[in-house]
Amino acid sequence: MSEEIMDYAEAMASFDPVLGLEVHVELNTATKMFCGCVNQFGSAPNSNTCPVCLGLPGALPAVNAKAIESAIRIGLALNCEISGWCRFARKNYFYPDMTKNFQTSQYDEPIAFDGYVELEVEGEPFRIPIERAHMEEDAGKLVHVGGATGRIQGADYSLVDYNRAGTPLIEIVTKPVYGTGAKAPQVAKAYVAFLRDMLRDLGVSDVRMEQGSLRCDANVSLMPKGASELGIRSETKNVNSLRSIEQALNYEIRRQAAILASGGKVKQETRHWHEEGYTSPGRSKETAEDYRYFPEPDLVPIAPSREWVDELRATIPSPPDVRRQELQARWGFSELELRDAVNAGALGVIEATVAQGCPPQAARKWWLTELARRANEAHLELDELPITPAQVAELQQLVQAGTINDTIARKVIDAVLAGEGDPAQLVETRQLATVSDDDALSDAVERAIAQNADAAQKIRDGKVQAVGALIGAVMRESKGKADAAKVRELIMARLG
Amino acid sequence: MRLPAPTNPLLTSSATELAELIRNGEVSAREVTEAHLDRIAEVDEQVLAFLSVDADRAKQTADRVDAKRRNGEQLGPLAGVPLALKDIFTYQGMPTTCGSRILAGWHPPYDSTVTRRLLDADIVILGKTNMDEFAMGSSTENSGYQTTHNPLDLDRIPGGSGGGSAAALAAYQAPLAMGTDTGGSIRQPASVTGTVGIKPTYGGTSRYGVVAMASSLDTPGPCARSVLDAAVLHEVIGGWDPMDSTSINEPVPAVVAAARSGEIKGLRVGVVTELGGEGYQSGVLARYQAALRALQEQGAELTEVSCPHFDYALGAYYLIMPSEVSSNLARFDAMRYGLRIGDDGTHSAEEVTNLTRGEGFGAEVKRRIIIGTYALSSGYYDAYYGSAQKVRTLIKRDFDRAFAKLDVLVSPSSPTTAWRIGERADDPLAMYKADLCTIPANMAGNCAGSFPIGNSSDDGMPVGFQVMAPAMADDRLYRVGAALERTGLRYSGGEDAFR
Repeated sequence: MSEEIMDYAEAMASFDPVLGLEVHVELNTATKMFCGCVNQFGSAPNSNTCPVCLGLPGALPAVNAKAIESAIRIGLALNCEISGWCRFARKNYFYPDMTKNFQTSQYDEPIAFDGYVELEVEGEPFRIPIERAHMEEDAGKLVHVGGATGRIQGADYSLVDYNRAGTPLIEIVTKPVYGTGAKAPQVAKAYVAFLRDMLRDLGVSDVRMEQGSLRCDANVSLMPKGASELGIRSETKNVNSLRSIEQALNYEIRRQAAILASGGKVKQETRHWHEEGYTSPGRSKETAEDYRYFPEPDLVPIAPSREWVDELRATIPSPPDVRRQELQARWGFSELELRDAVNAGALGVIEATVAQGCPPQAARKWWLTELARRANEAHLELDELPITPAQVAELQQLVQAGTINDTIARKVIDAVLAGEGDPAQLVETRQLATVSDDDALSDAVERAIAQNADAAQKIRDGKVQAVGALIGAVMRESKGKADAAKVRELIMARLG
Repeated sequence: MRLPAPTNPLLTSSATELAELIRNGEVSAREVTEAHLDRIAEVDEQVLAFLSVDADRAKQTADRVDAKRRNGEQLGPLAGVPLALKDIFTYQGMPTTCGSRILAGWHPPYDSTVTRRLLDADIVILGKTNMDEFAMGSSTENSGYQTTHNPLDLDRIPGGSGGGSAAALAAYQAPLAMGTDTGGSIRQPASVTGTVGIKPTYGGTSRYGVVAMASSLDTPGPCARSVLDAAVLHEVIGGWDPMDSTSINEPVPAVVAAARSGEIKGLRVGVVTELGGEGYQSGVLARYQAALRALQEQGAELTEVSCPHFDYALGAYYLIMPSEVSSNLARFDAMRYGLRIGDDGTHSAEEVTNLTRGEGFGAEVKRRIIIGTYALSSGYYDAYYGSAQKVRTLIKRDFDRAFAKLDVLVSPSSPTTAWRIGERADDPLAMYKADLCTIPANMAGNCAGSFPIGNSSDDGMPVGFQVMAPAMADDRLYRVGAALERTGLRYSGGEDAFR
């Protein structure tokens, strides 16, 4: 399956990677781009459709003003120029997920252009130049039934769901990104994470990579060290998690380096990322389709007034890095704690948890330890875990009140993640509350002393560290529900 | 063979007269509707104007109008009046084929804005009329179903693409009809059938629910036998529609008042020098000169005006229109509606699309798709589509310059009268030239109309007079049309006219 690849460090010794990133963002407007249909993920197939988004003969598009507003706000947040006059175009090609067999998309007149994003990777600053952010509509979704891969090859038949057809999309395209060196894959990941945070702050998208509301096509090419001419690039499509972006680019760099080092030529092509850790060739770009773009005659030009753009400018939140400084100050995190939180993509969930009344350090602790481990195991982003910030805050409250201890808390987390209920309710119905009732505990302590005579004697002799064995025995008996501090106190009172 | 003359006076009455009779209870909408349905049954085997007729629904609508009147409800200006709807407008419950086999059997699940407004005005839709496939043609010979015959001479074409609507008027099958005009599809059929056809200002009538040919040019408009009827229908269907982004958010110009007035004293009329002369049928030019004199006699001030870029309009039109066609007609892929060929389990989706398009589209449609695909291709775009758009701008400037000093421009509607069926069927260029005079107004987006000015002495067939006015000055068309009508120039079909 996989092709020959070169060791990453070796590749970096000979080549400089150049990145190009295309990110598609589905806007969370109430209705679709050109019609009044509900813009919603997960509805029954073909239920959110009408003559317009089905492209029925005679139907005409009408632009969603809210989508334009979102596009302008995104452009402003990317430090772009906002066009004073621009149009949609038609991108013509045949495919069954396209109801009109053309996509209404901006082409050479984008709403926003010439911007940049500044970010940091391991303390090193990078500036990502933005070529443009333009508006377009999404296509429907093909479901291939039968066959092993879920791809069209080998499928028995295909179904089309047009619910997604006409969903407003913004495509954000970078200029070639030079000078990222060996950090190229991390820079790409950090860039997409930055966009995700920024778009969430703007409130314009759900930015759920796993649902496809944020999709990234990652282009990379290699230049021999010291060269100035761009190499031939490959484009890896729909890399749908932050982790995959980093891994896919790492793989592509090593694959291209192996080809170039052996005197070969990189093929300009589209590639698919496989979660097993490699890319494979898709459609070759040598027979590039001619999309026959021309201005969309069914829509009038868009000419946002300066006043409107200035009004929207005032609604742009601070960029994520500025916001980070604010949060660090507010939460009292150390540099290291903040960086860990940023790298884990946890700022948003911590903020949401704090907003639910959880102390910042406790929120940080839960998300970066217990929950981070589980997200890692499940190959999910933190905010993709099936636990809400409110549930984490509730859990912390139970711990703080002494109702449960950390061990029980971990069990509660598992139950919440398994969809079994909310923390307080789980503790209640499963009787997980810590046992601190003196009588019950005293009985358990008596039994532990009787069954561990040696340890008891050691404590009486002043070897206090032996208390652990007795505490352990009590905890085992209580199935972890006993309050360990209380148990210790009782044992020492009895033997000390 | 000659068409029988209409014997029932309800058939020869104007739409506004019929509406008044119905309002006053002198005749029921049901009687009016049945008279027209009977006329369709009587003559449509010869005329072939209709692709489908829904008699039951028409009668139901008529009955509702009669019930409203009995209940003392207010009736609109055209309530109960029958209308023939070009088969390009969607209308729930009836097939919409656009004259194409590829849409055979498609019943649209929604009404066009125009259809909606007709129904809201209690107009009785009799049926859907024949047209050149996807409105591409000037004779209805490109229809995937049938060729409509000119009621005035059944051996001749009724014009196109809206030949079905024009023929239905001329044969007294309906007093009102709806058309669409992309390069002349309302005006040229009006011209060759001696009826009135108006292409409103682009954006003055909604395109929503009109199966698209060339989006930047398509304009729905009213067709009738009299100027006032066309104006009243114009007012019913016109005006802003939020479902069509290119629709203009302004009130409909005062077309009915203009049609009632017909006052043209002092009106500055520009006679376009590029449209007329060599290549025009002499009988057409003779009638045209007579009409110019008639306008002058009523006090209009005539001036010759040159619009040099009109000479390039036809060429530019045949790049822009096919370009849009190639994109607009891409949706007919057999996946969702209409014809489907080869879906037998042995063909891929792409093959089914290709087989269906191969079989479902006629030669003219394929020709335009191919030309348009070529004109938009990378490497050719600038030379073809790009240059054509520049010509379009220059044509607009010609109009702007002329309208700075003049109120309207005039020309013959078409270089010739109705030709014989089959005469130009194998010569697309000869067919295209029928739209020589009408295309400039589409390219600029302003309004224009064709009015009957009597018959040509050489073949006895009707001649049309074109009036062009600035955007949103549609009322001027009706003013001039009414002035011509007042001198006795009007639809003259009747016992002696049918051949």
